[in-house]
Amino acid sequence: MKQIKKLVLGFLASVFISGVQAAGGGIAWDRAPDRTNDFAALQNGAKLFVNYCLNCHSAAFMRYNRLTDIGLTEKQIKDNLLFTTDKVGDTMKAAIDPKQAKAWFGGNPPDLTVIARSRSAAGQGSGADYLYTYLRTYYRDDTKATGWNNLAFPNVGMPHVLWELQGERQPVFQKAMSHGQEVQVFSGWKQVTPGTLSARDYDSAMADLVSYLQWMAEPAQNTRVRVGAWVLLFLGLFVLVAWRLNAAYWKEIK
Amino acid sequence: MADFKDISPDAPAGAKLMNWVDNRFPATKMFKEHLSEYYAPKNLNIWYVFGALSLLVLVIQIVTGIFLTMNYKPDAALAFGSVEYIMRDVPWGWLIRYMHSTGASAFFIVVYLHMFRGLIYGSYRKPRELVWVFGCAIFLTLMAEAFMGYLLPWGQMSYWGAQVIVNLFAAIPFVGPDLALLIRGDYVVGDATLNRFFAFHVIAVPLVLLGLVVAHIIALHEVGSNNPDGVEIKAKRDASGKPLDGIAFHPFYTVHDIFAVSVFLLVFSAVVFFAPEAGGYFLEYNNFIPADPLKTPSHIAPVWYFTPYYSMLRAITTEMMYVLVLCVVVAAVLAVMKGGLSGLFKGVVAVGAVLLCLVMLSIDAKFWGVVVMGGAVIILFFLPWLDNSPVKSIRHRPSWNKWLYAVFVVNFLVLGYLGIKPPSPINERVSQVGTLFYFGFFLLMPWWSRLGSFKPVPDRVTFSAH
Repeated sequence: MKQIKKLVLGFLASVFISGVQAAGGGIAWDRAPDRTNDFAALQNGAKLFVNYCLNCHSAAFMRYNRLTDIGLTEKQIKDNLLFTTDKVGDTMKAAIDPKQAKAWFGGNPPDLTVIARSRSAAGQGSGADYLYTYLRTYYRDDTKATGWNNLAFPNVGMPHVLWELQGERQPVFQKAMSHGQEVQVFSGWKQVTPGTLSARDYDSAMADLVSYLQWMAEPAQNTRVRVGAWVLLFLGLFVLVAWRLNAAYWKEIK
Repeated sequence: MADFKDISPDAPAGAKLMNWVDNRFPATKMFKEHLSEYYAPKNLNIWYVFGALSLLVLVIQIVTGIFLTMNYKPDAALAFGSVEYIMRDVPWGWLIRYMHSTGASAFFIVVYLHMFRGLIYGSYRKPRELVWVFGCAIFLTLMAEAFMGYLLPWGQMSYWGAQVIVNLFAAIPFVGPDLALLIRGDYVVGDATLNRFFAFHVIAVPLVLLGLVVAHIIALHEVGSNNPDGVEIKAKRDASGKPLDGIAFHPFYTVHDIFAVSVFLLVFSAVVFFAPEAGGYFLEYNNFIPADPLKTPSHIAPVWYFTPYYSMLRAITTEMMYVLVLCVVVAAVLAVMKGGLSGLFKGVVAVGAVLLCLVMLSIDAKFWGVVVMGGAVIILFFLPWLDNSPVKSIRHRPSWNKWLYAVFVVNFLVLGYLGIKPPSPINERVSQVGTLFYFGFFLLMPWWSRLGSFKPVPDRVTFSAH
């Protein structure tokens, strides 16, 4: 019986480690720093989101006044973040006309409310990892209609909206042998023109933005973990009581 | 009908109230029959907690489901947004929703474990055949409930999962396309489908489920619980008629189940609060993208609890049909040669087998995939009549049976794993072997369950004090 249990447990472990889905296109994902508990980072991310993303992408299930959860006051939200509406209770709707968006980019820019959750892929990383990689791997590609391409999302429809911050870069490939065939392996970046941010500051800004997207995908997540700790503590005690109660009754069964 | 009982006017108010009630409704009588004087074997082990836990999860699903319904909108244009509304704007909505989504997976976990318990201890054997049959009906109903509920969040996996499964019905000869149309209410999965699935999910199927659960428990309490030794405790009674190895369900198994419930809730809450997506198994990542009828995902997989059956469906290819035809031919030859049938029956079997083979080869393999998938669940109903073993419990069966059951479990898990994976030639072969093993296990059971040397069954249950 012990051997059987070992076999079953081993199998279960291998299922969970190997993950649900097979790898998609694009390069391996970098790990995004988790700043979902850092209000300053989340506020900076919210600012970047409103300034750069919200022009074309909506977050149609996210209300502006939910930003009070990350330490902003309604007045701060009104003064600094409201461009497309004047009510803090409204959801984040993009200013772009969907018909025009379709004509310009070949498709409607997807809603970003829960993008960080939908982009997770077991075996590759979290949705935040994907977004963090995606936002940092744009490069000039004159064969594309927008003039931009991306290593994490090959043939992406979106141009590099943040190029002023990052500057232009070119990926450097090296030749390598894999399974007896010569392949191009990505080995690093060459800065072509400088951006207004250093590479380090740009990475940090993207970490803030991605943390914001991750938080926005589930604004209750910090509450959930906080409440969860108390629930588990209570249930832990309840298990002890239930265990002793059971033992007290079963003592008399011989 | 019971006689009207009078009670002394000096009795305490509580006793007077119960007497008043008991003269009009059998409250005390039922409490005794089903709890305080319902005797269960004292040697029930940890495998016996999953029935009570299934009941707990059923209650969790019904209660959280009612609260979800208050804010959910069964409308193709609003459904996805209303779920996000519940997750964001409804106070504690996220908790209710995560309890419901985790509860769905938890339901299948406890039900699979509950069924496995029945399998290894022979709980389906005489006189508990109907307990088992009602249980199988509950499982089938639960699958329908889960399938329809999964459409409601209206994400990409909801949509395309339903599209794939409903299209399977279209493979049925003659009536298939009309049947699929009837189920969808449209030519593709759409608003009409969402509305009818909502109606089925929140009222029609739960009513059936509750009725079956009541029947399952009534049947169980009529015959009494089996136990790990497979000994009938009712055979040995004391002078008052109480089974010697039985103990009152209340308080002994109520405190037992409270303990089990506390441990279950600990694990359940750990998932709800710290990993509600469970790595993409309980809430699939793709389902956070709203349903889009124009964008087919590159990989469509059902939720984990359906994947063993989905694997069996995918295993039935045109190639596999030749193997199945071969199985039918071998079975028919064996029946004719060794079945001890009269001449007439030999002819009937031979002609029947030839006709079956012709039908199997002339209808598309996709249809037979559907038949196999359905058959994999339906075959469970027949288990009480497939098992020819002289003993009930695995404890007294030949030792190699343990390995056989272990392989059955591993095979089921492998099929489940392959159902999650995108198809590949190797996976296809493995799932075909797995499908043959799954059906072989049941269909050959009348033969293999008689083999080997059985250990003596004791008169009384084995029990050591805790």
